[in-house]
Amino acid sequence: MAMRKGLSPVTVTALAGGLAFLYVPLVLLVIYSFNDSRLVTVWGGWSTRWYRGLLQNQALMDAAWVSLRVAAVAATLATILGTLAALALVRGGAFRGRTLFAGLVYAPLVMPEVITGLALLLLFVAIDFDRGFWTVALAHVTFTMCFVAVIVQSRLLTFDHSLEEAALDLGATPLRAFFSVTLPVILPAVAAGWLLAFTLSLDDLVIANFTAGPGNTTLPMRIYSQVRLGVTPEVNAISTVFIVVITVVVLAASLAMKWQQGKIEGR
Amino acid sequence: MAPEKRSLFTRVTVAVPFLWLAVFFLLPFLIVFKISLSDDAVAQPPYVPLLSLSEGWAGLREKLVLLDFENYALVLGDWLYVYSYLQSILLAALATAILVLIGYPVAYAIARSPRGLRPILLLLVILPFFTSFLIRVYAWIGILSREGLLNQLLLSLGAAAQPLEILSTNTAVVIGMVYSYFPFMVLPLYAALGRMDDSLLEAAADLGATPARAFWRITVPISTPGVVAGALLCFIPAVGEFVIPDLLGGSDTQMIGRTVWNEFAVNRSWSVSSALAILILLVLLAPILIYQRMQLRELESR
Repeated sequence: MAMRKGLSPVTVTALAGGLAFLYVPLVLLVIYSFNDSRLVTVWGGWSTRWYRGLLQNQALMDAAWVSLRVAAVAATLATILGTLAALALVRGGAFRGRTLFAGLVYAPLVMPEVITGLALLLLFVAIDFDRGFWTVALAHVTFTMCFVAVIVQSRLLTFDHSLEEAALDLGATPLRAFFSVTLPVILPAVAAGWLLAFTLSLDDLVIANFTAGPGNTTLPMRIYSQVRLGVTPEVNAISTVFIVVITVVVLAASLAMKWQQGKIEGR
Repeated sequence: MAPEKRSLFTRVTVAVPFLWLAVFFLLPFLIVFKISLSDDAVAQPPYVPLLSLSEGWAGLREKLVLLDFENYALVLGDWLYVYSYLQSILLAALATAILVLIGYPVAYAIARSPRGLRPILLLLVILPFFTSFLIRVYAWIGILSREGLLNQLLLSLGAAAQPLEILSTNTAVVIGMVYSYFPFMVLPLYAALGRMDDSLLEAAADLGATPARAFWRITVPISTPGVVAGALLCFIPAVGEFVIPDLLGGSDTQMIGRTVWNEFAVNRSWSVSSALAILILLVLLAPILIYQRMQLRELESR
């Protein structure tokens, strides 16, 4: 009985092994970003020289700026569209084309990026839309909104519909009921959706490769062109900055959401 | 809710995302299909014909006649392309099988751990997913290369007499896929296992079942939907994977995602890369539909 409830040595081993598998490569990457030697696999003592070099790498800084702008725009639009899509799926009733709609929401989650990227590029070419900042942003909205939809959908499913109905019975318009009843409850999920959309956009290489125009090289595109030349301490340093920033933001966000969730459930 | 009672607000929540996905997801696939039936041209854009309504119905019909399945015949008649498909499916399936084998114990352990610990463990599994995919694949280059950290370790332990050639092989590609998709496998598995009612296991124990028997007869069947969902979530994108075979694979690794990109960017044959993409979709259609159906059932069940 005890072995079923608690953790047996076997499950602890599985857990430790799984987490080690996930984190050892990242930890090694971070350690070697502080390597003084240019040869990545030979340890030459601690140094921060590669980090100082990053700040002087103008091309890299430009790419980071493009990526941050694309991600901010894409995540914001994706959050609005994804939240609407989740509302449509959970609260929209049996509208015509619902199965097709659900299919369109779930397909981009698993669609190989090469196909999505190619398809979007061909769309932009067909309608004569010059490739640039907006083509990447629109492409990112399209695939990230589906992730937002799934996150918000799971929150809506656990949320009691009767609260909204009470507001409607009391004469609130549907729009008002959404803003004063539904939105405050699903807000943590909406925020989580935004964050996920932001990081997915920041991270995307393949779709950006298809849809970005010249002069709109994103950070992953820049990193990729360096990575193809092999492992370099500079790339380790950029990666470390990336990992640290994302980790801090995600941890802060999950703590904030936990706090918010506690506040809602506590009242 | 009866259709006629649907408010303007509800209509908007349906119409806006529906329209967006129709324009930016559905329509592009129709265009890909159309271009896959066209011929390449030395022009910008590099394909003919372009269906254009400006020439009226007669012009449209003239162009429609030019559409054919030539590109498909080319792709299916060339062993290199067929090999590319087979290899992609094989490597993705192998990675998925390994993912189930190592993901299951981890998801099981999280589901069995004390309630307060579970969100932290889940966060630890998800966290790498938030950091860059590209960076996570890149991390393995330094580990698997000839002078890499794994070989240094093996040589210093005396476990290998000479450096192993792992980078630039299909083994490295499978390792990369297992590593990158690990959270996608653990999460649905955990969702299925976490929902399990412990009293079922207690009842089985009371009725004299050994823990192993109870596991096979109760836990495994209950978690099967999670296994299927996780496997689809990993297998489908892995078949079309581009970054992993490109960075970790060798000259022998010709996965189809890489082939599509090469046809597009290197050979500049948009029509062939479109045909290749449509054929991937055909291969993946059944798994994608099963995945969608599972998601939809999940939506209806609550």
